[in-house]
Amino acid sequence: MSGRTPVEGADVCVVGAGPAGGIVADRLAADHEVVVLEAGPRFDPAERTDRQERAIRPAYDRPDVWEMGGPRDAHSASGERFYPLNHARVKGIGGSTLHWQGMVMRLHEDDFNSGSARGVGPDWPVDYADLRPYYAEAERELGVSGADDNPYAPPREEPHPMPAFPPSYSDSLFAEACEELEIDMHSVPNARNSEPYDGRPECVGYGTCQPVCPSGAKYDATTHIESAAARGAMVIDRAPVQRLEHDADRVTAAVYATPDGERHRQEADAVVVACGGVETPRLLLLSESTDYPDGLANSSGLVGRLFMDHLFAGAGGVLEEPTRQNHVGFYTSGCDQFYDDADAEVAPFKLEFFNYAGPSPVETALSADEWGDDLLEGLRDSYGNHVAMGALVEQLPREDSYVGLDPDRTDDHGNPVPDVHWSVGDRALRTIERANEIQTAVLEELGAEIEWVAGPDDTGPAYHHMGTTRMSDDPGAGVVDADCRTHDLENCWVASSSVFPTGGAMNPTLTIAALALRVADHVDGALR
Amino acid sequence: MELSRRDAVAALAAIGAGTGAAVHAVDSDDDTAAPPVETLVAAAEVVYPSELSGVEPFVEALAERRAAGDDAHARGVRETVRELDRHAESWYDAPFVELSAADRDALLREVGADTADEDPDGTTAERVRYYVVNELLLALYASPTGGELVGIENPQGHPGGVDSYRQGPGR
Repeated sequence: MSGRTPVEGADVCVVGAGPAGGIVADRLAADHEVVVLEAGPRFDPAERTDRQERAIRPAYDRPDVWEMGGPRDAHSASGERFYPLNHARVKGIGGSTLHWQGMVMRLHEDDFNSGSARGVGPDWPVDYADLRPYYAEAERELGVSGADDNPYAPPREEPHPMPAFPPSYSDSLFAEACEELEIDMHSVPNARNSEPYDGRPECVGYGTCQPVCPSGAKYDATTHIESAAARGAMVIDRAPVQRLEHDADRVTAAVYATPDGERHRQEADAVVVACGGVETPRLLLLSESTDYPDGLANSSGLVGRLFMDHLFAGAGGVLEEPTRQNHVGFYTSGCDQFYDDADAEVAPFKLEFFNYAGPSPVETALSADEWGDDLLEGLRDSYGNHVAMGALVEQLPREDSYVGLDPDRTDDHGNPVPDVHWSVGDRALRTIERANEIQTAVLEELGAEIEWVAGPDDTGPAYHHMGTTRMSDDPGAGVVDADCRTHDLENCWVASSSVFPTGGAMNPTLTIAALALRVADHVDGALR
Repeated sequence: MELSRRDAVAALAAIGAGTGAAVHAVDSDDDTAAPPVETLVAAAEVVYPSELSGVEPFVEALAERRAAGDDAHARGVRETVRELDRHAESWYDAPFVELSAADRDALLREVGADTADEDPDGTTAERVRYYVVNELLLALYASPTGGELVGIENPQGHPGGVDSYRQGPGR
């Protein structure tokens, strides 16, 4: 057997080496023969400072940092809002956690019951109590720094694995304004080490968390892939799965390509598709057959449908005093006070108090038209007194928001590329306005001169791909069941935010990790 | 304000160090693989603010790591510096290092490096901006001393720990 040939007698084939695939593989590798197929490369950790340089230098766009783009990653965006897919994801061992921000909140209890509690959208077939022990486990797996000071967070049973990062200096400025407005601030959970944890160092403040952490203090899924490999899993990189072969009831093999131009068939008793909210439905759609003419596992017709992201709302300005921004690349305080006010008219949203408002001097210097003393004077003028707030807003699943295949464009293997057709409804847009009202009120109370507002016309996606293989007890209303197993195929599971029936407004990765741990339990049970 | 060896080390931690080759590699296309320290120092004297001292050892350390190896980046620095020298010889009848500071400043502007967007594969202006001007600015403003000139002692790219973000302006 060479390094890229199939493993005989495999129990589990995991497609995708991001956090979901990594966690599933790591959980199962000790007791089962596990193979992981990853479309992208295994990046050399020694190159992370080079990637950081790309993140800072203006010659490179965000996709260049992790080598996204080109024929492999071609995509379309036919919706009313352009979707910059290659800014939103990374292909490689570690997946999009290589470039993520690292925020790890639990969804709220009502997020699992949107239809019942808020009067819009479906309920999940699982609730918070079902996921609660998995959330705690996921926090240990990822390594989360957090505190129990958030009165609006759902109930938890134990402290976070590490203490929270203390509030920033600018948080203390915001705190005075928020107290006047009776707005509560609290810490936020970070998947970033506030102290050494699980063999990884504490954060040393490089300030480029998104898109690259050179120190390894920020969690990324290379951790779980390396652990899975150490337990015996075979991890094959640069092995994009082309289709899932199947009969009417089971996936029989994953057909993957290798850099030498060969194709291989990886058979396994169980298959876990963990390619994120875009490539997961794309792979199922590419695997159409006479049994499944509309795409594999698509008897419901919902594969790729109901695509959701979180929407950004923000506002920023300047004060007449120093605010000490851009020392670190993460934020330390948030506000969930308004989250559970959500109803049919207004969506849940969370507020963020940035520690990286305004320009980073080094980035400004590299794009300036002057140098020497003039440049320094310009940098001193532009840096130092900015403040900003952000927010994430839920969007509801919509029929006109979906991931499909573009029949007119193919990737480097001749497969139709994903078409992210993204649409946003009025409830989300109204909620952005509501978030803006609070943000501008806080900034005005702070005495800031407001310079920008990201409102309904300027919003963009948070790069959280959800909803495209919805979870439901009803085979007609979802692609996977409550165990994240496809309704149509008895040995095929999906571990991804693609199973979220609704999105809430919390960053999704902790929930992805919790569901992946749960999927691993179900796969393990099915194999025994 | 004086640049220190700590700044040089910090700058190299903050930015990719190429191959990290401290020993000058033999380069088949480039028989002068020694880093162009003097030219980079001469450029730094123009693009760095006048209140800085200690520029020469800082740039020497930078050049040893970033312009001395056989990697593409180091070759790019050396080739671009040679190109800059050719322009200096052509327009000012002397290599870059022998020009007055005013002429060095003028030459960099005449090649267009002041307004060009950096591009390692671009025009002369874009490459001078990338391999000379921004090479130096990146090293400086991602270092603690460069940051402190602006008012941020832990600038982006520098692993300065997680204390400074909590400290107020009167730290």
